[in-house]
Amino acid sequence: MERLKLVLQYFQSNSESISNGICIILALVSVKLYTSFDFNCPCLPQYNKLYSLGVMIVPPIILFFLGVLVNRHTGVMMDEWMRPIGKRSKNPAVVKYLFSAMLQRALLAPMVWILVTLLDGKIFICAFSMSVDPKTFTGMPNNTGLDVIKLMAKVPCKEDVIFRNSSFRKAVSRYVRCYSQAVGWSILLFLILLGALGRLIKPCFDDHATFLQTRYWSNYLDVEQKLFDETCVLHARDFARKCVVQFFEDIREDAVLRLPHPPFVRCHREEGEDEEEEERLYGITKQEQVDQLLNKWYYCKPELDVTRIAYRPRACVTWEDHDGKTLYSDV
Amino acid sequence: MDKFRMMFQFLQSNQESFMNGICGIMALASAQMYSAFEFSCPCIPEYNYAYGIGLLIIPPIWFFMLGFVLNNNVSMLAEEWKRPTGKRSKDPAILRYMFCSITQRSLIAPAVWVSVTLMDGKSFLCAFSINLDIDQFGNSSLIKGMSETEKMKLLAKIPCKDLFDQQEIRVAASRYIKCISQACGWMFLLMMTFMAFMIRAIRPCFSQAAFLKTKYWSHYIDIERKMFDETCKEHAKSFAKVCIHQYFENVSGEMRSFHRHRSNRDDSDDDDEDKKRSDEEKLLGIRAQDDMNKVLWNWHTCKPPLALRKDQPDGEDNDRLNKEVNGGPNGFVNGHTHDMGKKEWAVYYSKV
Repeated sequence: MERLKLVLQYFQSNSESISNGICIILALVSVKLYTSFDFNCPCLPQYNKLYSLGVMIVPPIILFFLGVLVNRHTGVMMDEWMRPIGKRSKNPAVVKYLFSAMLQRALLAPMVWILVTLLDGKIFICAFSMSVDPKTFTGMPNNTGLDVIKLMAKVPCKEDVIFRNSSFRKAVSRYVRCYSQAVGWSILLFLILLGALGRLIKPCFDDHATFLQTRYWSNYLDVEQKLFDETCVLHARDFARKCVVQFFEDIREDAVLRLPHPPFVRCHREEGEDEEEEERLYGITKQEQVDQLLNKWYYCKPELDVTRIAYRPRACVTWEDHDGKTLYSDV
Repeated sequence: MDKFRMMFQFLQSNQESFMNGICGIMALASAQMYSAFEFSCPCIPEYNYAYGIGLLIIPPIWFFMLGFVLNNNVSMLAEEWKRPTGKRSKDPAILRYMFCSITQRSLIAPAVWVSVTLMDGKSFLCAFSINLDIDQFGNSSLIKGMSETEKMKLLAKIPCKDLFDQQEIRVAASRYIKCISQACGWMFLLMMTFMAFMIRAIRPCFSQAAFLKTKYWSHYIDIERKMFDETCKEHAKSFAKVCIHQYFENVSGEMRSFHRHRSNRDDSDDDDEDKKRSDEEKLLGIRAQDDMNKVLWNWHTCKPPLALRKDQPDGEDNDRLNKEVNGGPNGFVNGHTHDMGKKEWAVYYSKV
C-alpha cells in the first residue's frame, strides 16, 4: 500500500514523466505496427512509387496525430491559449513552451517509423528498383518478353516466376537496400547532432531564469487542472449524498427533531447500533412508504438544491438538575 | 485526508480506466477474432461480392452494438432521457454529451476490425476479383474467345489458390488488389485519427465553459444513482434487521429492551457478566423449543407485515401507538434521567 502510494504520488507530481512514458510506448507501438504490417509491393510500374511513398508517409502522419491526442499537455495548452483573460493575465511564453514540448514528444513516433522503414529497406526497393540501371548487373533475364521497366518493377517481388533464384534480383535488391540504409543512418546522425547542438548552445541564447519560470508555471497549470477535476468529483459525491438523504427525509410527514443525548448518558448506553439502525431508516418503516419513495424517485426527482440539509441548524441541549445547576450544555 | 484523496483518485480514475480497459479488451478481441476466423471465399461470381463486403461490414456493426451492451452508462442515459421532468429540469446538452462519449468508446473495436480486414486484403480480393482487367497482368491469351459469363467465372476463381491454374497471373492480380485494399485501410485510419484529433484538440476553442458544466452534471447523475442505490441497500438492511427482531419479539411475547438503566451501576462489572448478558439478549426472548418451532413455522406460513413498530416506552399502550402512522412528538422524559431535569429548546422523541 505504501509503495503504491509512493508510485502514485511520483506520477502525480511529475506529469512530465507520464508524457515521456506515453511517448516511448507510442514509439514501441510504431515499431510493432511496422513488423506486423504485411508490406505488399504491387510490382507494377505505375503503382510502385505511389504505394511505397504512401506507406512511408501516411502512417507517420497518423502517429503524429495520435501523439498529439494522447498528450495531456495538448489540452492544457489549448485551454490556456483559448481562455478569456479574466483576472489572470496570460503569459505567451508558457503557451510556447507547452507547444514545443508537445510537438517534440509527438514527433518521436513518426521519426521512429521513418527510420525503421529506411533501415529495413523494403520500401526503398519497391519505390526505386525501376530507377536502377540494369546494365550494371549481370544475369538479367531477357527471354520474358517484358520491357525493361516492367521487369525492373518486378524486382521487389521475390516469388515471381521470372526471378526465382535469380542472382540479378538479389544484386539489385542489395544495391537499393544499401542506399536506403545509408539514407536512414544519415538522418539518424543528423537528428542526434541537432539534438546535441541544441542542448549545448541553448544556454547561450536563452535566459535560464525565465526558462525556470515558464517551466514552473506550465507545470502549475497542469496540476491545477487535475486538482480542479478532482475537487469537482469530490463535490459531486458530497452533493449527491446530501441530495439523496434530503430526499429520504422529505418523505416523512413529521418534522421530528432528533437531539443528541449528553455524553455521560451516551457512554452508558449498551448498544449504539440500534440508534444507528433507526437513523438509517430515516423514519421509513412501511412497505407503502418504501414503494412511494421509489416511485417518487422516478416520477419526480428532487430539485438540485441541498441548502436545507447543508445549513441545518444544530440543536443545542442544556441539561440541568433540580436546583438549576447546569450539568451539560451544547451551547 | 491524503489517503482519502489518493483512494478517491484511484477509484475515480479506476472507473474511467475500467471503461477504457473494456474498450481495449474489445479491440484486442476483434483483432484476435479476425486472425482466428478462417476466411473462405466462395469463388462464385454471384456470391463473392456479398461475402467479401459482408465480412467487412457486419462484424463491425456487431462490435458496435456489443460496445453499447457492455457499457454501463447506456442504462443511465436511457433513464435520464425517459424520466418525467418533476422538480428537476432536463438538459439536452448532458444527454448529448453522454451519448457522444458512449459512441466514441464503442467505435474503437469496429474501427480495429475494419482496418485489420483492409490491411489483410483478403476480403477486397474476394469482392473485387471479378472487376479486374486481366490484360495488365500477363498474356491475354487466357481469356481469348471466352464469353462474358465464362470470363466472370474464371475471374471469380482468383481468390482461391487451388482452383486457379495460372499461378503468376493469380499472384500478380492478388498483389494488385491487396495493394488497393491496404491503401484504403491507411486512408481509413488517417481519416479516423484526423476526426478524433479535430474533436479532441480543437474542441476547447469552442464552448469550453459549457463543456465543463455538462461534464460535471453528467458525472453527478452517475454518482447520484450509485448513492441512491447504496442508501436503499443500507435502508433495506436496517429494515430487515428491525423487522426480524420485532418478529422474534412478537412470537416470544417479550419486549427486548434496547437501553438499560445504567446510571447507578458501578464500574466493577466483570466481563463474564457482560458476555452472559449479550448472549442472553441474542436469544431475543426465545428460550424454549416450542417457541423456536413456532418462530420457524410462522416464518414460512405467516410472514410479518412490512410495517415496523416504533419502540414503546414502559407502561404505554402498545396498540394505540401502533396505529399511528408516524410517532408523533412526545414531550416526556423517559428512562434513565428521572432524577434530573432537562431544559429543552425543542421537542424531541425519546425511547426507552
